[in-house]
Amino acid sequence: MQHSHLETESADHCHNKHQMQELIIEGAGCASCVGKIETALKKVPGVESAEMNFAQRTVSVVGTAQADMLVAAVEGAGYNAIIHQNIDENALLDEKEKADEAYYKKLIREMTIALSLGIPLMAYGLLGGEMTVSTTTERIVWLIVGLLTLGVMYFAGRHFFVGAWKSFQNHSANMDTLIALGTGTAWLYSMVVVFAPNWIPEMARHVYFEATAMIIGLINLGLALELKARGRTSEAIKRLIGMQVKTARVIRDGKELDIAVEQVLQSDKVRVRPGEKVPVDGNVIEGHTAIDESMLTGEPMPVEKKMGDEVVAGTINKSGSIVFEATRVGKDTALAQIINMVKRAQNSKPPIGRMADVISAYFVPVIMIIAVGSALIWLNFGPEPVVAYAIVSATTVLIIACPCALGLATPMSVMVGVGKAAEAGVLIRNGEALQTASKITAMILDKTGTITLGAPKVTDVILAGAHTEEDVLMYAASLESGSEHPLAMAIVESALEKSVSPQKVEQFNAIAGHGVEGAVGGKQLLFGNEKLMREREVVLADFVQSAQQLAEDAKTPMYFAIDGKLAAIIAVADPIKEDSVDAIKRLIHSGIRVVMLTGDNRATAAAVARKAGITEFIAEVLPEEKANKVAQLQMEGEIVGMTGDGINDAPALAMANVGFAIGTGTDVAIESADITLMRGSLHGLADAIAVSKATLRNIKQNLFGAFIYNAAGVPFAAGILYPVTGMLLNPVIAGAAMAFSSLTVVTNANRLRLFKAKEH
Amino acid sequence: MWIVNVFGLALIGLIVWWFWLYKPKEIEVDENELVIVVENGTYHPSHIKLKANESVTLQFLRKDASPCSETLLIPEADVSETLPLNTVKKVVLPAMKQGEYPFHCQMQMYRGTLNVK
Repeated sequence: MQHSHLETESADHCHNKHQMQELIIEGAGCASCVGKIETALKKVPGVESAEMNFAQRTVSVVGTAQADMLVAAVEGAGYNAIIHQNIDENALLDEKEKADEAYYKKLIREMTIALSLGIPLMAYGLLGGEMTVSTTTERIVWLIVGLLTLGVMYFAGRHFFVGAWKSFQNHSANMDTLIALGTGTAWLYSMVVVFAPNWIPEMARHVYFEATAMIIGLINLGLALELKARGRTSEAIKRLIGMQVKTARVIRDGKELDIAVEQVLQSDKVRVRPGEKVPVDGNVIEGHTAIDESMLTGEPMPVEKKMGDEVVAGTINKSGSIVFEATRVGKDTALAQIINMVKRAQNSKPPIGRMADVISAYFVPVIMIIAVGSALIWLNFGPEPVVAYAIVSATTVLIIACPCALGLATPMSVMVGVGKAAEAGVLIRNGEALQTASKITAMILDKTGTITLGAPKVTDVILAGAHTEEDVLMYAASLESGSEHPLAMAIVESALEKSVSPQKVEQFNAIAGHGVEGAVGGKQLLFGNEKLMREREVVLADFVQSAQQLAEDAKTPMYFAIDGKLAAIIAVADPIKEDSVDAIKRLIHSGIRVVMLTGDNRATAAAVARKAGITEFIAEVLPEEKANKVAQLQMEGEIVGMTGDGINDAPALAMANVGFAIGTGTDVAIESADITLMRGSLHGLADAIAVSKATLRNIKQNLFGAFIYNAAGVPFAAGILYPVTGMLLNPVIAGAAMAFSSLTVVTNANRLRLFKAKEH
Repeated sequence: MWIVNVFGLALIGLIVWWFWLYKPKEIEVDENELVIVVENGTYHPSHIKLKANESVTLQFLRKDASPCSETLLIPEADVSETLPLNTVKKVVLPAMKQGEYPFHCQMQMYRGTLNVK
């Protein structure tokens, strides 16, 4: 907090005109409050702008006004306001790591204290030493040991007892309750044996001080190891937070200033030099460079950026120096939204974990009842010494039960799985999406922009006359330069790529559904389909076959005639992304029915599907019909995933069991889908499904282990096997099992970190 | 022996009553000043009364270093927050309809209830 305050001061010093403050608004129940609050704030002297985000109940205020004046203004308008402190995620992370380290050391210290007494006592017992109280000397010795154990309970196990007591006062019970009751019962019983052996039958005058000390030691050890293992489960989010930049170099009033990144405002001009990270999102206005976006998108190759291109916070500028205009700052940057989304998703639970949640809620009191019931059964029906058996069974039941293993089973795997997906550029919205993605049986892929690049390009120019390719492109581009049709734009772009400049067109005429005509430099130009050419008596000869061949290759051929003679066939196509075929193979290989959806005609759709390795496709689908096609597959009993660009396909994405929005680069609609693929490659889709399957498998292993552990451990501790084996579980073994059961769950979840999606 | 049995059964009855049947006193959020302390395995206070259909800010102060206490979840309000140690964290709740909404840590060992009336 202090750190953030210092940064604010230094920034103010640099530039005291601009300061952004955020207020949290309370009591704003309707959208009409927005205007009232904004107006009230804008009246405060020094406020330049005030914009309220109604959904989040926050207002961003820019200006020189003091925070308390802003709060007073909002209160004057009839609402409450709190100044939202800018929390530096990096500083928080450092603080958390320090706190975790200190807590780890404390647990290890407490473990050492407890085991220093527990191990010698246990060794004494195992080597045949008497753990009973018969003589006065034994009473004195065990009294001293009892007091030492009390010291262990105070210095090494106090937190269990305090936690248990506080929970009890709150009418709730937790793991502390079980440990405190278990170790407390063992100690209290042993002290009764020491102080009043006559109250206890002679055979039952056994002390359990070693159990108390050992259990406290082992559980502290288990907690310490679990803390270390937990740290590793959040590596992905740490990496994302680490990508955030602390300072930015802005150009204001012609001067370059280094300021805290929180102080960067929209429309600020920001300079990024080679090797530096991009501090906020924006559009390049000067310079060109290559930017490494791999940490954000999983895309390994640096991406070229020139004027007008978008740059994203957290990515690394590799080569040139650029200046960009900030478009999204603070918590609005793609990186901040990603961090937020990953954090939320990591803490959300898939439906599979709900049963464990219900059990967890009732678990501890149920175990306490089982412990009392078990003691009663031993007292009534057990062999002598019944009291000792009753105490041992009750203590062991309390100690072996592990609500933590159940509680940790799902969240730990989700934490690692969602983080692992984020590393591959796959953003999973929540646990439910994760679970459903693992069950997908059919995947609908939108053609344009999903399987293909989404940007038509000139693929072939087949010359038919004496004109060169440059000439043909110059004339064709000149003719098409006024059109906004994607195919026309592809031709103009192709000409520009070849440094051919379009010229002025005269007598331009669009022939609806057939093509265009016009004159450039005195030449009469005609551009269009076969029908148009035949109508104008242009001789096509064998070129019709060439055109048919192009159509079969999923291209759109067009004839181009100059002065009534065929000059060329120009074919335009939306090429399939380089790795779409491999990625689709991966999907099919994992047993998923892949269906392509497109608005194109059947012939082109069939050709694209064939090239992409897809056997099933639905052509000539209007955009508004896409959702119906999803529903149709669902009617057939399929669990349907729908992949689209997240903008045009929104209804279909919403209708699907899991909607995947595929982004190109980082320009993604993060909020629009269940799962967002940060890069344009369909491998992201296969990765998302693979990682969700692996995570669900991991959750099932954890839940199975935790259920079986408790379902088998508790009856075993109660002595269900005693009639057959004649043995009762030692409370120390129960303590060790309990301590390591939750560690096992966390360690198993950590195995997911090793998961690697195979691209080929 | 029957005394022991009666005592045992009474103990079971007491557990049921104390942990499941007893309705603890609820604390009302007054002028958003309420700070919920996360310490020793509990939220204090843990039973909180809120007004229906009004957005409110709860303040959480986590004093417990245990990693269990780090995450606060209010599933019905779609709230999932990380609580920093020894720092008040403000959590804005959306306006909620009448009903009981549990809040808890990831493992549900720290538990509390928001009673929206």
